[in-house]
Amino acid sequence: MISALLVMAAIAGILGAILGFAAIKFRVEGNPLVAKIDAVLPQTQCGQCGFPGCKPYATAIAEGVADINMCPPGGEEGIQKLADLLGMEFKPFGGETKPKPKSVAVIDESTCIGCTLCIQACPVDAIVGAAKQLHTIIAAECTGCELCVPPCPVDCILMVPIAENLSNWKWKYPVYALTVSSSGNAAL
Amino acid sequence: MKTLYQFHGGIHPPTNKTQSTQTPIRLAQLPVKLVIPLHQHVGNCAKPVVEAGDYVLKGQLIGRPDGHLSSAIHASTSGTIAAIDMQPVAHASGMADLCVTLIPDGLDKWIELAPCDDWQSLPHTELRHILRNAGVVGLGGAVFPSDMKLYAHKHKIKTLVLNGAECEPFITCDDLLMRERACEILLGIEMMRTLLYAEEVLIGIEDNKPEAIAAMQAAVTAGGYARMEVIAVPTIYPGGGAKQLIRVLTGIEVAAGVRSTNLGVQCFNVGTAYSVWRAIRYGEPLISRVVTVTGNVAHPQNFDALIGTPMDELVAQADQLPGTTGYIMGGPMMGVLMPSMQVGMIKATNCIIASSDQLFPAAKPALSCIRCTRCADVCPAELQPQELYWFAKAKNLDKAEDYHLFDCIECGACSYVCPSNIPLVQYYRFAKSEIWAQEAGKKAADAARERHEYRESRIEREKREKAEKLAAKEKAAQDARAQRAALAAVPETGTMPVAAENPVQQKIQAAIEHAKLQAAAAKPKNTEQLTPHQLAEIADIEARRARVRELAKDNTEE
Repeated sequence: MISALLVMAAIAGILGAILGFAAIKFRVEGNPLVAKIDAVLPQTQCGQCGFPGCKPYATAIAEGVADINMCPPGGEEGIQKLADLLGMEFKPFGGETKPKPKSVAVIDESTCIGCTLCIQACPVDAIVGAAKQLHTIIAAECTGCELCVPPCPVDCILMVPIAENLSNWKWKYPVYALTVSSSGNAAL
Repeated sequence: MKTLYQFHGGIHPPTNKTQSTQTPIRLAQLPVKLVIPLHQHVGNCAKPVVEAGDYVLKGQLIGRPDGHLSSAIHASTSGTIAAIDMQPVAHASGMADLCVTLIPDGLDKWIELAPCDDWQSLPHTELRHILRNAGVVGLGGAVFPSDMKLYAHKHKIKTLVLNGAECEPFITCDDLLMRERACEILLGIEMMRTLLYAEEVLIGIEDNKPEAIAAMQAAVTAGGYARMEVIAVPTIYPGGGAKQLIRVLTGIEVAAGVRSTNLGVQCFNVGTAYSVWRAIRYGEPLISRVVTVTGNVAHPQNFDALIGTPMDELVAQADQLPGTTGYIMGGPMMGVLMPSMQVGMIKATNCIIASSDQLFPAAKPALSCIRCTRCADVCPAELQPQELYWFAKAKNLDKAEDYHLFDCIECGACSYVCPSNIPLVQYYRFAKSEIWAQEAGKKAADAARERHEYRESRIEREKREKAEKLAAKEKAAQDARAQRAALAAVPETGTMPVAAENPVQQKIQAAIEHAKLQAAAAKPKNTEQLTPHQLAEIADIEARRARVRELAKDNTEE
């Protein structure tokens, strides 16, 4: 009886030690769900969701504070992906939040006074310039977040939608016109 | 006799090749103008090196290769550059791209060429450099820069496969080229073999081209080439696909995402071999190619035409018949409808089919998939096209990728046999470009995340550094104060005069004294010589201030 108890206690002790060791050795830093959600978000860092960047929004979603339909740049596909990831129902955009066509900021160089305010606002360091020097936007790095637009004192930043060109052209989804046959039935 | 292998599936559409093989290759007339796109190859667009108004000679460089994967573009004839602007190009999108418009002067005057009699003496790097600057790209349709493909470590490539299969209906440009210029093709192949250190050369030609096979065989025998074999392969579409031909000739299956070079095989089109020879032996850049003009024309035939020739001018030389609705570049299976009849032909233009309603009747309405799996029977990539269609239609892209969408070579065999007339390839193309776009978006998002995180950490670091600096300054000031206090304590004890101990300190003290004296000497000028009235005013103000001070004192005390 006693020996059985001792054996059980010894096993429990050993397993407990292993578990304790594993908890320290294989400790997961941060919430892995946040990283997963962050990977789905479009990383525009625009703050349109009401949080200061994509990661804070991801954290808020993981904590259950924020809804999944607050990211306009992600579009409805983004909501769908978040819903799939979190096992939630798809939720359409509500109210005034609507996705806009993907744009890139352009500085009107004749108006720019070189105040550096936009450089400080840019979340991805996509604006090059110095005090009293002309600023310009690295179009390839611009996420189209529009955060540089309000600080500009001379309103010289325009958001230009990215036009379709040969390098980003896509094959279209096959669609056909519906034709009405002589018998009156609609046919594809 | 070599053992041949088989690939899965395949179809036998009417070949329609005899129409255009009745006459030899004809030199096309010089067109009124040439529209030469600067992006005709895989890789970066060439950078224009000429300006509008410049006079250029035939073969002169007009676009230099930009970056590692790119190719050069040359003037197809002598003349004046009329414009460098956006014009519609031979592309399925129908969009405009940067083009050079050249007005020929009719002289067709060559630039000074650098022929090379003894190419064997040149280092391989030099040969590849020549090919890059001559704008030689794969003429089978992929237009991949040839110099990039002609690089291999010793003994890595065992077999060099030359593709003369030309499996698509209507197209006969390689057939005619092999019939008429077999010797030069073989000389080019020999160059390729040297560059790749390849042991054997297999030239695959479909058995519906007996004349071409005979001509090539005769040339191989006459040239005394060792380990070079002309092989008649069975006529079956898409037997001319690179992967399919490699399979038939060597038995090797090339999986998606795997390069055939890793399996010891490299594949080139016979037309490319011809261009390689012209470029190295004669220094001629790739400014013309053989094009089949067929379809709704009175005299279907092959032309040796300049790159940039407007398609309508070329088709007119084969006597276009009324009822032509548009041009198809390439064959009827994989070709694309041109956005306009005036677009200039490019390096990838192997065939122009004048389309008409009789030739290609409007597609019948697509019906529902009945899951007959005929498409799966004919798929040369051994896919399940009906499943891929299902997923692509539902925009279930992940699932489509799981079913190996990217193994699809878009040959169109599945659509050809589909009893429901479903345009299957269109769905696959849509799904593929959608997946590519998503991947590009993901990449951009990852880059943005990295930049944002770097910025955050930089701001954090700057803040920390500023705080540290401030703390250090504060500490220094404290230390100085403590030292001064210690120094001040020394004279009080009277044991040691400051001056004797520290001459520097003494000097500073002297300077401070001097400054104090000066400050005392320099009285504010406006307070001297005041009138009694001003003095009264000052007294008044002083009294008021004193009163305020009193009041303030009272308030605080209360």
